Amino acid sequence: MDVSGRTADGRAGPRTYAVTIDRPPAEVAPDGKLPEPVARLGPGVAVTVRPAPGGRGTELVAVLCEDEPGPLARLSARLVGEDRRAAVRIALRQAKQVAETGEVLR
Amino acid sequence: MKALCWQGPDRVAVERVPDPRIVNAQDVIVRVRQSMTCGSDLHLISGRFPDMQPGDVLGHEFVGEVVEVGSEVRRHAVGDRVVVCSVVACGRCWYCRQGLPSCCDNGNTNPEIAELAWSAVPAGCFGHSHALGGFAGSHAEYVRVPYADHGAFRVPDELSDDRAVFASDAAPAGWLGAELGDVRPGDVVAIWGCGAVGQLAARAAVLRGADRVICVDLVEDRLALAEREIGVETLHCARVDAGAELRERTGGRGADVCVEAVGMAPPRAGTRGGRLRHGADEPGGVREAVHACRKGGTVVVLGVFAGYVDGFPLGAVLHKGLTVRGARQHGQRHIPEVLDRMRRDELRPEYLATHRFSLDDGPRGYDLFRDRTEGCVRVVFTPDGR
Ligand SMILES: NC(=O)c1ccc[n+]([C@@H]2O[C@H](COP(=O)([O-])OP(=O)(O)OC[C@H]3O[C@@H](n4cnc5c(N)ncnc54)[C@H](O)[C@@H]3O)[C@@H](O)[C@H]2O)c1
Ligand SMILES: [Zn+2]
Ligand SMILES: [Zn+2]
Repeated sequence: MDVSGRTADGRAGPRTYAVTIDRPPAEVAPDGKLPEPVARLGPGVAVTVRPAPGGRGTELVAVLCEDEPGPLARLSARLVGEDRRAAVRIALRQAKQVAETGEVLR
Repeated sequence: MKALCWQGPDRVAVERVPDPRIVNAQDVIVRVRQSMTCGSDLHLISGRFPDMQPGDVLGHEFVGEVVEVGSEVRRHAVGDRVVVCSVVACGRCWYCRQGLPSCCDNGNTNPEIAELAWSAVPAGCFGHSHALGGFAGSHAEYVRVPYADHGAFRVPDELSDDRAVFASDAAPAGWLGAELGDVRPGDVVAIWGCGAVGQLAARAAVLRGADRVICVDLVEDRLALAEREIGVETLHCARVDAGAELRERTGGRGADVCVEAVGMAPPRAGTRGGRLRHGADEPGGVREAVHACRKGGTVVVLGVFAGYVDGFPLGAVLHKGLTVRGARQHGQRHIPEVLDRMRRDELRPEYLATHRFSLDDGPRGYDLFRDRTEGCVRVVFTPDGR
């Protein structure tokens, strides 16, 4: 699904996530309105919508603006099911699947 | 319902599992008529291919009858006899639209596992590792088929189940081998592995006009079968030096196209595979294919590998100017043509289904298939034993 989110040197802290959706920007974000799963992420996530080169649709880029949690905070976040980074990745994938296929494959 | 399940390395058993139900609106439920073994299952059963879970239902090559359709399914109705592509793909993403459905962006429900292993997410697969979505397989009475409008194909009335079941995976895989090799009239094509995939690649090469096709294996009856049924030349690689023999047969040039249809070697005694990141497999047939290929030729890898291989002859790839290509089959693109060729009797792979068992005898079927005894090439399971 190519939701990339790694730092160049492979360290733990991906904060930028991107996905390419095979639909035109006007369809992915009509009048600038973000797709539902991404809009639901709320504050703390800055989302950019831009056309992909070569007619490949739309690039949706999400930047997680929070400070990178330390390993312990991350573990506890995971345990209470609030891993923001996972949430961003999942939201991007869901937005892509809904735009391309009409539903999220379970 | 009953289903043949993976229980752990080298252990399969028939279990009772819940009936599948429609989960997505684009699903159908298929009542299985025939479900067939594949070399890929051996990698899974041995534990060499990681991310299997005890209780996973095996099987990905099947024909059956549609018994339930989701509300968004347009091309299928209850009662349709269908062959289903082993690859789960959406049919509408960029990769699907490029004719690369096994690279589909939307067919895998476990993207995290796949991304870690292969730095990208390929399409899903029935009856396979959770790295490919963990979709329940077809060695069962019923199976859920996602994206049914794109992955299930109605079988023409004049085609038997026995023939059509090969359109699920083995025939499109062989077809892809010849396509990726861009086999042309006049070519000499060498193929490692004389299982169903290798033999169907050989047949595809013949249909594309190859001048000579040479199949390499170490199982006597499989070589004899390929000679008799496809009219190819063969090489027994445990008896002769296949590389030297191929050079000689090609006037010193090497084969124009080499297709590898072997995959991961069985585990060596005392080792247990199942790692995607660490620990490497032997490239086996791939290495021989690279050495036997002529300068500027193409090596096609159809055999399944999980992660890394050691001892890959990269120097030969560079200095001989080779093209190396690999892919899981792209059945969503090839199945219509495969069915058409089957209808015209140009593809008659049913001779490869050497054994037929009731699903209840699944474990015995896999023993026979793994050991390649009694001339076994493929085993077909039927839920009711008929
Ligand atoms: N790319 C795809 O889409 C696709 C589809 C189906 C299967 N596969 C893979 O293709 C491979 C073959 O599948 P199959 O169902 O024909 O399997 P199979 O196990 O029936 O056949 C493999 C054959 O390779 C032979 N072999 C082993 N070592 C060899 C060597 N060094 N040189 C030559 N032959 C050798 C074996 O004797 C056997 O006949 C498997 O790895 C399977 O996972 C790939
Ligand atoms: Zn298969
Ligand atoms: Zn797709």
